[in-house]
Amino acid sequence: MRSYAIYVGKRVLQFALVVFVGISITFLITHLTPIDPVEHSVAQVSTFGFSSPESIELLRQSLRELYGVGDNLWEEYLIFWQRLARLDFGPSLSAFPTPVSELIGRALPWTIGLLTVSTILSWFIGNIIGGLAGYYSRNRILRIIGMIMMGLHPVPYYIVAFVLLIVFTFLLPILPSSGGYAMNLAPGWTPQFLGSVLLHSILPSVSLILVGVGSWFMGMRALVSNIVTDDYVTYAALAGVPERRLVTSYVMRNAFLPQITGLAMSIGAIFNGAVITEQVFGYPGIGRLLVEAVHAADYSLVLGITSIAIIAVSAAVFIIDIIYPLIDPRVQVTQ
Amino acid sequence: MTQISGSPLDENSYVLETRALRAYYRMKYFGIDREVRAVDGISMHVRKNEIYGIAGESSCGKTTFIKAIAAAIRPPLEIVAGHVNYNFINNDLYALPSKERSAIRWRHLSYILQGSMNVLNPVRRIHKTFEDFAFRHMHMGRSEFEQEVKRHLERLRLPAEILRAYPHELSGGMRQRVCIALATLCKPEFIIADEPTTALDVVVQKDVLAMIRETQSEFGSSMIFVTHDLAVHANITDRLGIMYAGRLVEEGRTADVFSNPMHPYTAHLIASLPRIGDIHPRNALTGSPPSLADPPKGCRFHPRCPLAMEICRHENPALTTLAEDHRVACFAASATVQPTSDEKPQHPEALETVR
Amino acid sequence: MIAVFRDLFRYNGEFAIGFMIMMVILGVAATSFFSPYAPIDSYLVAMDAPPSAEYVFGTNSRGQDIFWQLTFALRNTLAFGFIVALISRILSLAIGLISGYAGGAVDRVLMSVNDTFIVIPLFPLLVLLYFVLRDDMTWFVLALVMAGLGWAYDARLIRSVMISLRTREFTNTSVFSGMSMPRIVTQEHLPYVLPIVFSTFMNNMNWSIGLEVTLAVLGFTDVDTPTIGGMIFWANQHSAMVSGIWWWYFFPTLFVTLTFIGLFLLSISMNEYIDPRSRLDRMGNS
Repeated sequence: MRSYAIYVGKRVLQFALVVFVGISITFLITHLTPIDPVEHSVAQVSTFGFSSPESIELLRQSLRELYGVGDNLWEEYLIFWQRLARLDFGPSLSAFPTPVSELIGRALPWTIGLLTVSTILSWFIGNIIGGLAGYYSRNRILRIIGMIMMGLHPVPYYIVAFVLLIVFTFLLPILPSSGGYAMNLAPGWTPQFLGSVLLHSILPSVSLILVGVGSWFMGMRALVSNIVTDDYVTYAALAGVPERRLVTSYVMRNAFLPQITGLAMSIGAIFNGAVITEQVFGYPGIGRLLVEAVHAADYSLVLGITSIAIIAVSAAVFIIDIIYPLIDPRVQVTQ
Repeated sequence: MTQISGSPLDENSYVLETRALRAYYRMKYFGIDREVRAVDGISMHVRKNEIYGIAGESSCGKTTFIKAIAAAIRPPLEIVAGHVNYNFINNDLYALPSKERSAIRWRHLSYILQGSMNVLNPVRRIHKTFEDFAFRHMHMGRSEFEQEVKRHLERLRLPAEILRAYPHELSGGMRQRVCIALATLCKPEFIIADEPTTALDVVVQKDVLAMIRETQSEFGSSMIFVTHDLAVHANITDRLGIMYAGRLVEEGRTADVFSNPMHPYTAHLIASLPRIGDIHPRNALTGSPPSLADPPKGCRFHPRCPLAMEICRHENPALTTLAEDHRVACFAASATVQPTSDEKPQHPEALETVR
Repeated sequence: MIAVFRDLFRYNGEFAIGFMIMMVILGVAATSFFSPYAPIDSYLVAMDAPPSAEYVFGTNSRGQDIFWQLTFALRNTLAFGFIVALISRILSLAIGLISGYAGGAVDRVLMSVNDTFIVIPLFPLLVLLYFVLRDDMTWFVLALVMAGLGWAYDARLIRSVMISLRTREFTNTSVFSGMSMPRIVTQEHLPYVLPIVFSTFMNNMNWSIGLEVTLAVLGFTDVDTPTIGGMIFWANQHSAMVSGIWWWYFFPTLFVTLTFIGLFLLSISMNEYIDPRSRLDRMGNS
């Protein structure tokens, strides 16, 4: 138990380091700009003419603090962290005066839901088929499935999403083309609404899965083709352990473990894919919110989403990291 | 079916018999063919209730021979000729359908492998491994089976707590003892032990050897025991076969082989064992073991042999009985040793080297 | 070197296909030097003409010949991927080597930083960068930034290879025979590491081109420099799908997908060539 506590402690430090570096890079990037975005943004809001002077002042102040048009860089940096700690990015410019945190809070569950489901599915599908392909390396059907998976793997998310969109909403219109649920439904825990959410999530998640399975497939196949030559597999095969048990408990079980670490290492890349997929399918997650914020020149929203994304992705990695030793009995002693 | 007709095999006394067994590695890569003749015409048998030792330096084909008699053949290794017969299947092992072959595994034929870290599944508790290996043969309920396993461990003086452990939580010696318990649980007729004590330190080695000897005699199993360590053979085996370059060059009761080695290679191996009080420097053999991909013609030992004669360069000596229960393949040992074919027979049945 | 190439081409189907695809892609990119039009000029030819003998890939709504646009786009996209891969290889090689050799505290610190860069999601950062720089974000700036952020995964790979090399016997032999460490690294170890660098080069090109296409499609890059993503961006801007000008999408998508598959095949065939175990596997299958 004590060694696990030490392990968790180390992971907490790494988590803190990731957030620190990520947020610092974010801060530095925002200081590269040659123009004063605060007055630029305030001017933009004022031209719409619907806002009260107080809320404009609120916007100006939060932008000033976030953007760091303070006295010196160090002070600005500290203020930026304080804002972040309160998750207070001020009001959004494009949806003025809704606070940025509220917009993100509304969008985040969609992204988390989409990513969790598609990541878990592609992890299992890719690993199981990859493991079988590694074990039965001469099976023709597995080889063909493998070739398709590996062929899709290098294709960027955007293109797969786009092709699916054209095929299933344009050439063969059987699935909804955009949004998170049908427009005429009120959000709530009703069967109609949940069914609609499910229907709308099919294309985005399928495109994420199609691109995602390839790398799990390849990694697992390579791991399994190494593990089948390990002594304990040879021994169990000599002992006549039934094949199903051999493949699952001996080969796959051992190959799954490094793939869990692999999952932690690729969450960031998977998130990149989600941004663009949401955009293609008009899915109401934070990826689409980010793109819209850029187009609307909504500074505080872009900054807010970037910061939250960094924290959320690192948190996901952190969670996988601390669960891992509970799954792998060997880690307790070595880590 | 290749049922052997007129076999001299006495069902009651022989448990394993191999006849002119040849197992080659055949590889083809980037257009180059390669054939490694790792086991090249071995005929031998193991009697009931005996421990048969196989000795020889590394890459002499010991491990391949083990794989061949255990039906653990996967490409590029192939059985190109010969038979492996067990009395409990009354047939050639390779003539069995694979389903029946896996049904005899562990029930009749079990293994103890080199006691390294990796023989037991690192993410499975020991009791699960017992279940995977033996449960289906015991024909009893799960709790009854667990009781049986515990009784068996007790008999071998092992603590029952190890059943809840993962392999990495046990010491190397304990892991090897677990393997012995695992291999003897079903009381199989035949146990193959491949370098079971090699990775262990000397004190543990002694205990493990004693345990193997005890369980073997208690359950009346026969055993093939492979190690390069002649001292271990002297301690545990009843009969000993010496392998050189894929062939058996001498075989006899262990005591006879040690006291009266008839093959120059055996004589050299035994002479190079350390003795207390002996200060003479050991003579090394010149040259190195031949490549099995391109073995020398004739007797494979002749390029290094101090007694090599003209015939040794061209003809392959047959393994011939020269004393009671003592066979040697060397023209220099006796004039009664006849040449035998060096080539893989077209019809394996047609050629027999057992006399 | 030539013998290796010949063997790969003859016995490794992935390499042969990948190589041929890349030859076609490079060939198309190279014809951009003979283009009758300047890359950014528009309204030069008839608008929205479908593929025909005159315009093989058709023309777009901006009066550009898609074939010639595509040659420029492929050239720029490949050059972009190449520069990112080149710079990030230098970084990952340097960091992987130092970390693998120095071990101890240096290794721990470098790998902490390394893991940090693996975890941080790049896409929002790149979007933020574009948001801040706008027109100052040229493709070269983007290449530099991506190279600066894209080295981490392969640095870890190189480090693990170095650690296993360092503990091998021949390293000790070299040390005892009095070779200096830098000499051992460059003469004894680089031959093992370079094929890996080469294989990750292809992967990294795929990664950076993928991100560039994504950013460009959203319009978050310098859209005046023709790239594959930029072509799709302009097609979206002109609602080409709605007006049925499918060829505006089809050809850039086809060629970028071919590029990805070509690079990917080259990379996995290299991997297979490097890894002795997959070589053994091949022996078993033949």
